[in-house]
Amino acid sequence: MSPNELPAREAMEFDVIIVGAGPAGLSAAIRLKQVAPECSVVIVEKGSEVGAHILSGAVIDPIGLDRLLPDWRNDSSHPLRQAVKTDRFYWLTKRRAVRLPNWFMPPLMSNHGNFVASLGDVCRWLATKAESLGVELYPGFAATEVLYGSRGEVRGVATGDMGVGKDGQPKPGFTRGIELRGKYTLFAEGARGSLTKAVIAKYALQQDRDPPKFGIGLKEVWQVPPEQHRAGLIQHTFGWPLDNHTGGGSFLYHWGDNLVSVGFVVHLNYHNPWISPFEELQRFKTHPLVRSTLAGGKRISYGARAITEGGWQSVPKLTFPGGALIGCAGGFVNVPRIKGSHNAMLSGILAAEKVAEALAASRANDELEAYEASWRTSDIGRDLRKVRNVKPLWSRFGTIIGVGLGGLDMWTNTLGFSLFGTLSHGKPDNQTLEPASKFKPIAYPKPDGKLTFDRLSSVFLSGTNHEADQPVHLHVADLESEKRIEHDVFAGPSNRYCPAGVYEWVGEGADLKLVINAQNCVHCKTCDIKDPAGNITWTAPQGGGGPNYTQM
Amino acid sequence: MKILVPVKRVVDANAHVRVKADGSGVDLSGVKMSINPFDEIAVEEATRLKEKGSAAEIVCVSIGPAEAAEVLRSAFAIGADRGQLVIGEGDLEPLAVAKILKAVIEKENPQLVILGKQAIDYDNDQTGQMLAGLLGWPQATFASNVTIEGDQVQVTREVDGGHQTVRLRLPAIITCDLRLNTPRFAALPSIMKAKKKPIEQKSVDSYGVDLKPRLQVLKLAEPPRRKAGIKVKSVTELLDKLRNEAGVI
Ligand SMILES: Cc1cc2nc3c(=O)[nH]c(=O)nc-3n(C[C@H](O)[C@H](O)[C@H](O)COP(=O)(O)OP(=O)(O)OC[C@H]3O[C@@H](n4cnc5c(N)ncnc54)[C@H](O)[C@@H]3O)c2cc1C
Ligand SMILES: Cc1cc2nc3c(=O)[nH]c(=O)nc-3n(C[C@H](O)[C@H](O)[C@H](O)COP(=O)(O)OP(=O)(O)OC[C@H]3O[C@@H](n4cnc5c(N)ncnc54)[C@H](O)[C@@H]3O)c2cc1C
Ligand code: SF4
Repeated sequence: MSPNELPAREAMEFDVIIVGAGPAGLSAAIRLKQVAPECSVVIVEKGSEVGAHILSGAVIDPIGLDRLLPDWRNDSSHPLRQAVKTDRFYWLTKRRAVRLPNWFMPPLMSNHGNFVASLGDVCRWLATKAESLGVELYPGFAATEVLYGSRGEVRGVATGDMGVGKDGQPKPGFTRGIELRGKYTLFAEGARGSLTKAVIAKYALQQDRDPPKFGIGLKEVWQVPPEQHRAGLIQHTFGWPLDNHTGGGSFLYHWGDNLVSVGFVVHLNYHNPWISPFEELQRFKTHPLVRSTLAGGKRISYGARAITEGGWQSVPKLTFPGGALIGCAGGFVNVPRIKGSHNAMLSGILAAEKVAEALAASRANDELEAYEASWRTSDIGRDLRKVRNVKPLWSRFGTIIGVGLGGLDMWTNTLGFSLFGTLSHGKPDNQTLEPASKFKPIAYPKPDGKLTFDRLSSVFLSGTNHEADQPVHLHVADLESEKRIEHDVFAGPSNRYCPAGVYEWVGEGADLKLVINAQNCVHCKTCDIKDPAGNITWTAPQGGGGPNYTQM
Repeated sequence: MKILVPVKRVVDANAHVRVKADGSGVDLSGVKMSINPFDEIAVEEATRLKEKGSAAEIVCVSIGPAEAAEVLRSAFAIGADRGQLVIGEGDLEPLAVAKILKAVIEKENPQLVILGKQAIDYDNDQTGQMLAGLLGWPQATFASNVTIEGDQVQVTREVDGGHQTVRLRLPAIITCDLRLNTPRFAALPSIMKAKKKPIEQKSVDSYGVDLKPRLQVLKLAEPPRRKAGIKVKSVTELLDKLRNEAGVI
């Protein structure tokens, strides 16, 4: 059945529509209701519940929360229960861990006053605040289409149809999506949002900016024996197991009921197509520094998510007629601090204030110029500007020299100047791979089932579930070039970068085909970013599908 | 005709739960909770009966913590008209639940009560049967088809090795099986309207029934971990392993 044979969609009107209930979307909704209680605000969230798709470290800088809910510390239900107590930074070699003294670190790197928590729990809690202020919040609904008006302005979004079969035909119980129409639409989809990507292209928002840059972050939550737990200890490493030409590093945070969140980020501008970020995390856990923390513990969850790394240079123009990008849809992660949730909240607040002003002036569907004009001089800009050269230096000079120069640049920026000006990031991440023939395949160690695991048993712990009978939500535009480029030149890196084992090349010669196990997808968006042939587009599957993260 | 559908808030079918370290229970912190899938089927069936004109009103009742209001809202989004929330903390056993339901039924006077065949948290498969016993009503369990015929209801039951069709006089109790229907996707406008439907709240103690547990849980343990499988090269090897290693043939 073609779209025009389907029954018409019902439409509903709101003042403000928000796509995504992450820290950015929820903060925007709360601020709107604080300053303009009469306005109607709706949020749609593709996860089965708020927090189901949220994955973060997370060490949280409370600057955003302090501004949003100044009294939050007196709220007995808040989830920021663990203050950071000890902050350690290591350079790893295969067997050794060299601790960098804290005085060596630029002051902006300090985690004093921050909290270790689950960002998903923070979002669940913010959702209760938003709902009690009258925000209409609908988890289980993915926004799949941007609605445009006759002047080319954004008018809202449509949610996806439910109950469509594999073959694209409606099944019994088929339910048509809904049009949510409004005066302003805020895209808060996080890193590499699917509608955000369409809007960036339509309004050429990336023009005159560096390309967006990303990393992939994989994370596990462990419950460890009490004698190995050091509440409030946070630990970061760089170096091993990555080589000097691959950017990335680890985080390990102690919090909760003997919980340890351990994760690994690999910058997606890596060159060697044999790299498997999943295996790097597994290998990393075997380092004596980490093994001694996790040994005898139990892994209770797993997941992965792309993280934005372009920062200051790569943030696109944030506004266009009828809407704006907030949070990691714009890309406000501070890379050396591996923090973005505070800026996600601050940008949600800032945009909400500008929307409220516009509504008060009876404006609608025009450009929120004041938001674009103010972020660089706000706390967000101040946070990102100082660290703008860290990632470019790392990419250019490799880890050892790059991280040193990055540190120096953060120091001089703290004092108000930079020796480097503003460096550019170079090519988009899907153009950085080199042909597979230039490298030897990497022999990763086999999982032991205690400390290290295979991918499928890991995906099981993410609680990922999709309705099986629905169209594949990962679109490969041109299978022929996917084979010629992705498979023949780069030896199928999707099989290794995908943290859920979704892509598999099977068969040989004329029978070679790409199998897409879409049901396993954890919505990290890496394939949409890294595919060297630029063929893969991630679209939102039927609402409610995807991971069901807890304590992430 | 009025239909009453009891709906339970249970851990979501896709969530992973862990047994607490001391074996005293299941750790539900931060775990997604949902309407029991079989109860969703029961609400769907009641809604279809109403759409066919066989029923006039659907009342749902949930017994549990204050958050159980959410599962009543899920039931409203499918088609239930109003709800009763009986607030009580802790795990109530099926007998206690059946006694409270009996009290609710005596006040509401429904002609038909549709329950799920079991709740997927403890898989007891008892509440419907106990309720029928307490009320002295006829019951048809594991229903895969329901048709109202005047003051009677015809039910197809899933039994071992086939189907059994029975006819009951109303008022009656039905518990539904997985294949009775596939619940609809609640559309956004229905979910929005669901927020406005009325929920009456009571406390479990207000019924004056004996809720004392009859069972004592000694210990909970996770099932032993299954060993990784292996690939065999031939049927002969498979037979050999089944015979000599597994000892099953
Ligand atoms: C491994 C890792 C570690 C990190 N560590 C830290 C840390 O320690 N501290 C820190 O501050 N930050 C950290 N970050 C960054 C931080 O998580 C992000 O900056 C933050 O989550 C961005 O918030 P957001 O609201 O913009 O997007 P997200 O948190 O990504 O939320 C977006 C929401 O929108 C929903 N959504 C997306 N598309 C749609 C759609 N089409 N329809 C409906 N819903 C949709 C998603 O399901 C999701 O719930 C880390 C990130 C990663 C990946
Ligand atoms: C609402 C509901 C209704 C139920 N109704 C019934 C019922 O009527 N009768 C009954 O007997 N049981 C029923 N069950 C119980 C449930 O179906 C069983 O627990 C399940 O069949 C157990 O199968 P499993 O051991 O393969 O575990 P599962 O949890 O089904 O599977 C475990 C893992 O194996 C993998 N896997 C499973 N099947 C495949 C496959 N075909 N190919 C590749 N990977 C696979 C999955 O990825 C999954 O991660 C019901 C459960 C629920 C929640
Ligand atoms: S298919 Fe793409 S988005 Fe899904 S898990 Fe794999 S890499 Fe991530």
